[in-house]
This record gives sequence, C-alpha cells and structure tokens, in this order.
Amino acid sequence: MTQQAVLELRKVSKHFPTHRAVNELSFLLERGEFFALLGPSGCGKTTTLRLIAGFEEPTTGQILLNGADIAHLRPYERNVSTVFQNYALFPHLTVQGNIEFGLRRGGQNHIAKRVRDVLELVQLDGMESRYPAQLSGGERQRVAVARSLVVAPEVLLLDEPLSALDPNLRKQVRAEMKALQRRVGTTFLFVTHDQEEALSMPDRIAVMNGGVIEQVGTPEEIYLHPRTRFVASFLGAVNWIGGAGVRPEATRIARNAPENVPHRAARVMQSNFLGNRFHIEAALETGERVTSEISRLDQAFAAGETVYVWWRAEDELRFQ
Amino acid sequence: MTRLRSWFLAPSWAVMLSLFLAPLLVIVVYSFLTRGAYGGIIVAWTTESYRRLADPLYLTILGRSFWIAALATVFSLILGFPLALFISRSASRKNLYLSLVILPFWTSFLVRTYAWMFLLRDTGLINTLLERIGIIRDPLPLLYNNGAVVLGLVYSYLPFMVLPLYAALERLDPNLLEAAADLGARPLTALFRVVVPLCGPGIRAGLVLVFIPCLGAYLTPDLLGGGKSVMVGNLIQNQFTNARDWPFGSAASLVLMALVMLLLLASVRRDAKGLL
Repeated sequence: MTQQAVLELRKVSKHFPTHRAVNELSFLLERGEFFALLGPSGCGKTTTLRLIAGFEEPTTGQILLNGADIAHLRPYERNVSTVFQNYALFPHLTVQGNIEFGLRRGGQNHIAKRVRDVLELVQLDGMESRYPAQLSGGERQRVAVARSLVVAPEVLLLDEPLSALDPNLRKQVRAEMKALQRRVGTTFLFVTHDQEEALSMPDRIAVMNGGVIEQVGTPEEIYLHPRTRFVASFLGAVNWIGGAGVRPEATRIARNAPENVPHRAARVMQSNFLGNRFHIEAALETGERVTSEISRLDQAFAAGETVYVWWRAEDELRFQ
Repeated sequence: MTRLRSWFLAPSWAVMLSLFLAPLLVIVVYSFLTRGAYGGIIVAWTTESYRRLADPLYLTILGRSFWIAALATVFSLILGFPLALFISRSASRKNLYLSLVILPFWTSFLVRTYAWMFLLRDTGLINTLLERIGIIRDPLPLLYNNGAVVLGLVYSYLPFMVLPLYAALERLDPNLLEAAADLGARPLTALFRVVVPLCGPGIRAGLVLVFIPCLGAYLTPDLLGGGKSVMVGNLIQNQFTNARDWPFGSAASLVLMALVMLLLLASVRRDAKGLL
C-alpha cells in the first residue's frame, strides 16, 4: 500500500498567527485514485490543498510526493497542479495560450499536439483561439482542468471546481469529471464542502473538521458507518432519537403500529412534497423531531395524524 | 433631469472656454503673426515662425527634450514598477506607503528642486561628504548637466508612474500568480508573462503621465541643467521673456502640443484595442 502511495501527508500542521488551520494531518493518496477532502468552510481543507500545491509552507510535518519530501519546495518545483476555484485563467491569453503556459519544453510540433490532445479530452476542440472572457462557465472550468492536466502532474488538485457553475450544470459536470479521471488515470485530490459532490465522484473521502480528519473511507462506508456525530450530520441528514442516530430514509413511518418491532408514537407536523419523494416531519412524545423520507408512491400523510415510527436495528448509526 | 445636468456642467464649460480654449486660440493666432520690437505682436500674417522651427538648432533642442524625457520615463518605470509591486503586496501598510509616495507634493516643487541643487552642487552635501571620507579630492560634476536634469525629472514625476502602476497591480488577481507558479513559471517568468501584460494599461498610463510633463519641463532643466541642457520648455519660456518673440514661442508651444496629442492618441488606440 505504501509503495502505491503517490502523495502522503505526515503530521502536517499549519499555524497562522490567529489560528491553527491544520493540525497534525496525516493521510495518503494511492496512485490513480479520486480522493475528496470534504468539510465545512474553515475546516482547513483549502489550506491543506495550498500546502500540497506549495502556496503555503507547513509549520511542521512532511509532504511526500513519490516518497520525496516536497513540503518546503516552491510551487514551480513540485509536480502537482491546481485547478482554482475561480479557475484563474490568464485573461490576456487564448485557450491555446493558457494551455501552453505550462509547456515550455519540447518542440513547437510536440506542444501543439499535446494542446490538441488535451482539448479533445475535455471536448473543447476548435476553441483554441478564444479568450477566457468569450467562454461559458463550464468551458472555462474545462480549460482550467486541461491547462493543469497537460503538464502531466503526479496529482491534480481541484479546489471546489464546481462551485462557480450553475446548479443545473453541476450534475452533468460531476459525471464528466469522474469519467475524465477514469480515462486519464491521474490522481485527483478534490476539495469540496458539497456532500453530493463528495458522495458521487470520489473513490474515497476524508471528512475534515477543525483542522483534523474525522474519518477516511469510501463514500458508502462514510455514509452508512460514520464514525462521529459530526461526520454523520455533515454527510447526510440524521434523526437523533433518544441518543441514537437514524438516517431519514431508514426511519419508517406508518398509521398502524408494527408488530414485534420497538416503535414510537408520533404526530405528523408537516408533509413536504419534493417531487419524487416526501419528507414527513413528525414530533415524538418526547418532543424530539424526526424526518422520514418516503417514496412518492408510498402512502401520503397529513399534518395532525397520529403515526408510528421505527427503524431496523442495523440501520442505527453507531459512533466510537 | 437633462436640464439640471446642463446647469451643473455650466461652470466647467465656463472655465474650459474662458481659461483653456480662449487662450489656446490666442496662441494659435499669435503663431501666425509677426513679432513686435519690444515683445507683443504686430498684425502681419506669416508662417515664418513655423519655418524657423525647422532650424537644426531648434530641432536639436526638441530632440534633446524627447531624449531626456524618454530617459526620465524609462528610469521612472524601472524604479516605479518594483515600488508599486511592493506597495500592492504589503497588506496592512498600503495606505501608509501610498501617503509616503505622495508626501513630496506637500511642499513646493521649486523648493524641492532647490534642495536638489544643494545636494548636487560642488560644495553640496554629496560632494562634501565624499571629500571628507576621502573618496574624492575634487568635487564630482553632479549639477548642471543632462544627468542632473534626468535625476530631477525622475524624482519629480515618479509618483505619477507609481500610482497608475499600483492601481493596475492592485486589481491583479493573486490567483493568477499562483497559477503561473503552479504551472512551473519562476517568479521572473511569471512577471514578464503574466504581470506585465496584464498591467499594460497601467504601464501605458504611467508612461504617458510621466513623459508628457517631462517633455514640457522648464523649471528642472533651468535649475539643474543650468542653461547647458536647454529643453523645449526653456526655449518656449525664453521666447516670451528674454527673446521677446511671442509668435515663435506660440508656434513652438503648438508644435509641442501637437506631438503630445499624437502620442496620447497612439496610447489611447492601444488601450482600446486591448481586451482588458
């Protein structure tokens, strides 16, 4: 496993005068994987990315790229590349000029071919002579990815690259990005605060909070078996019932009390129609509020009804 | 609304017409008249003044003015760019440094130019100090030459270079510099491939703002050049005072103005063409 690691952080800390952004952070990326750093704003995920890119210098700790410590190298001395949140395309250069920027070695023909290839890869062929101002948000994002991919980085760092796109486009770009990563096989380190992005794209996620990683695992592992309450509530919604955590879709609801299963009586407060599903909000006798997510095809409930809620024992979230 | 706006503009119009356009017209008319014996003009139409400007003596002065102004402008850029870059990078002290750049304007231009004379003359501070230390035996000829004029001009007009450069650098997205470094560009490469092209309009504004007043300067060459390096400003001033040739002075002013206008036009064209 260690031999496979392309990037490894060992007890990396970054202290700013006013706060500690990153605290003894350790994790490793396997070659070719799509890895996401997920967390709320201020959790240190962007600082971590900037430490790897070289825009910040760690206070302590090591950053190993292919086994060599790069923690104190300048950004232009490390073979990683960043896709910025605002893309940071050079406005005075065309698409071609932007992509060529990192390609200084090799003959003209060689460079031209690589530019053509990468533009084809991100489906921007024919756009070579456009300026960034003449591109749509989605096209700019793809130019930024192409500009970074063309230098063949060991790790591609992506800082919330979808947050500047409009929501309708995001879903499509998520699928494209995932497919692109599979095709090129480059290791992607993706920073996001968006739980849908974190669940749908990466192979593994690290959930960060307060400058430390709370849990690392596949999206499924983290969603189904969150190790801490923070992870459970940051990635997906949770009903807290008598100290136990249950996901809304695992929280069952019915008019009649189920047999042979522990259950609780509740009163429906509100029924929210969400198109393909309902969110039924109910209040338990203890005063706790629960949300049950049910299919549109299931029975509908009205506010004021008395209902029963229950869940399977294996659906209860267990924390360490 | 439109009426109100024209009322607000009226004072500006009045000032521009009476204090700028009218005198300019007077100069245009004078330039085609004949000189009076004791200054002033005689109404006898001629293009003699313009023809005299083609005299090699005057062309040399004009050429020297362009050369000195260009040198002063280039030095201002070389000194001003790093300074502007430094100020735009200093997070909390920006305003302090900007005030320091503007501080010299608080005292009279004349006083500051005399101060330079005290520094540069044979018995001035620099020569005295160097003699005391024993580095030189005879004073260095620091004053009354082209070098002194260029120095004085750079000193006087440096703020006009720094301020537009600062404005341009301030607007520059710091992510662009990070992106350049990220893509393997060393600081100097990033400077010439990203910062300088993106600051094009600011650089051109600085060049224009320094070059034009330098070209027309007369106080600095008069005091620091000591009559040895006469610039076109001194030539014009002299026509209205000692030489008492108002038509010739008017013609020289207009030709200088026309040249400056052409330069400005070229600069504006360049800005309009740029994508930024």
